[in-house]
Amino acid sequence: MEATVVKTGTEGKTWGGGNQPLKASYGKMMMWFFIVSDALTFSGFLASYGFSRFKFVDAWPIADEVFTHFPFLHGVDAPMYYVAFMTFILIFSSVTMVLAVDAGHKMQQKKVIFYLFLTIIGGAIFVGSQAWEWNTFIKGDYGAIETKGGQIVQFLDKEGERVALRDFAAAATGERTEQTKENGIWFKNEAEYYPSVSFEQVKAGFLANDNLLVRLQHKDEHGQHIILSREESIAKVVNDGHMVVEGANLHHNEYGHPLFADFFFFITGFHGFHVLTGVLINCIIFFNVILGTYERRGSYEMVEKVGLYWHFVDLVWVFVFTFFYLV
Amino acid sequence: MAHEHKLAIFRGTLKFKSNVSKIWGVFFILSIVTIIEVALGIIRPDFLVDHRFLALKLLNWIFILLTLFKAYYITWDFMHMRDETNGLRRAVIWTTLFLISYLVVLLLIEGDYIYEVYKIGFIKFNF
Repeated sequence: MEATVVKTGTEGKTWGGGNQPLKASYGKMMMWFFIVSDALTFSGFLASYGFSRFKFVDAWPIADEVFTHFPFLHGVDAPMYYVAFMTFILIFSSVTMVLAVDAGHKMQQKKVIFYLFLTIIGGAIFVGSQAWEWNTFIKGDYGAIETKGGQIVQFLDKEGERVALRDFAAAATGERTEQTKENGIWFKNEAEYYPSVSFEQVKAGFLANDNLLVRLQHKDEHGQHIILSREESIAKVVNDGHMVVEGANLHHNEYGHPLFADFFFFITGFHGFHVLTGVLINCIIFFNVILGTYERRGSYEMVEKVGLYWHFVDLVWVFVFTFFYLV
Repeated sequence: MAHEHKLAIFRGTLKFKSNVSKIWGVFFILSIVTIIEVALGIIRPDFLVDHRFLALKLLNWIFILLTLFKAYYITWDFMHMRDETNGLRRAVIWTTLFLISYLVVLLLIEGDYIYEVYKIGFIKFNF
């Protein structure tokens, strides 16, 4: 059978095909495509965070007051230090990655292995740090009271220092009984989490302790939380108090607005998932380099493409760091 | 991909001898910027917190500018955008910059409007 004539008469001309106007390989171009679309996804999340924050701008928790912990340093007020440490870890693993890419250009297999290894370690430390940060955030610190209207009320002593619920709540009276289906026709499941003290205990302890004041979620024009007088505090707790909140979950957040916790879990979670997949992809590439796959292929471009993804993860963290922790 | 790296940063004022030394140089710059950010975040100078420009605190403007500065060097030197063709660079940067700033500006204006409604109107906290 006669083959179809495929010549178009444009060989060697501009529109004859085979041109690479962007001088980038297919794989690299597609990685850039992906990065652009992923950047838009992340900016959608961060923009909606900004939307919600502007919506409740005078009642939004400041990250300085929320993320004040450092591993192994209990009771030390260390705002931001741990996040700064995480940022450095990620930037540094970005540096080792770009060094691996550079070694790949020079076809130095040993160096690529070494730098990729450091990159993977850095990524693992970062994911671990984020897990620790989540754990601390979920467990909470001082505890707070949520009012019927969904506002958070936190406790202070007269010097303005925060006081933890467990330090002043009255001792429990009687045993806690759990509601079960047999006891009522209109059965409603209990809340998923049990605070260590009940609202009644907190109320009794608060009334018995003249030294305690409350501060509101809302802030005055200087960005300081509004602190109520003793009389107003009592009125607030007795009239409006509704439940005890310890730590943060998707519905309640002892640090302030529940949306803050929701966005924190969602955005850092989505970013952490990117880091996790980045570490996995780095591991695959790492073993390929050890096996000599790219040595045989004659090009370490795969390391460069994965490197693009890894730097993108770092890039996103730079923005998350600014808009979640600094601003 | 053994194409040449451009080794000068800061619009050509700082030249590095090799790509490796450029990487360490950029790391050094990024570290300094991060330290400045963290220090400002902890100190929160009163002047920068109390004064505003275009509805944002001066401090937040500084954070945003420093973040864009860091993003520039990560993209240009770590992701090798400096070595790509103009076409690829513009396709990526202009698209994202335009779409993101568009979205952010619209959403922030809308959020601020709803805040005013809450504050002035008689609407419950969680409607």
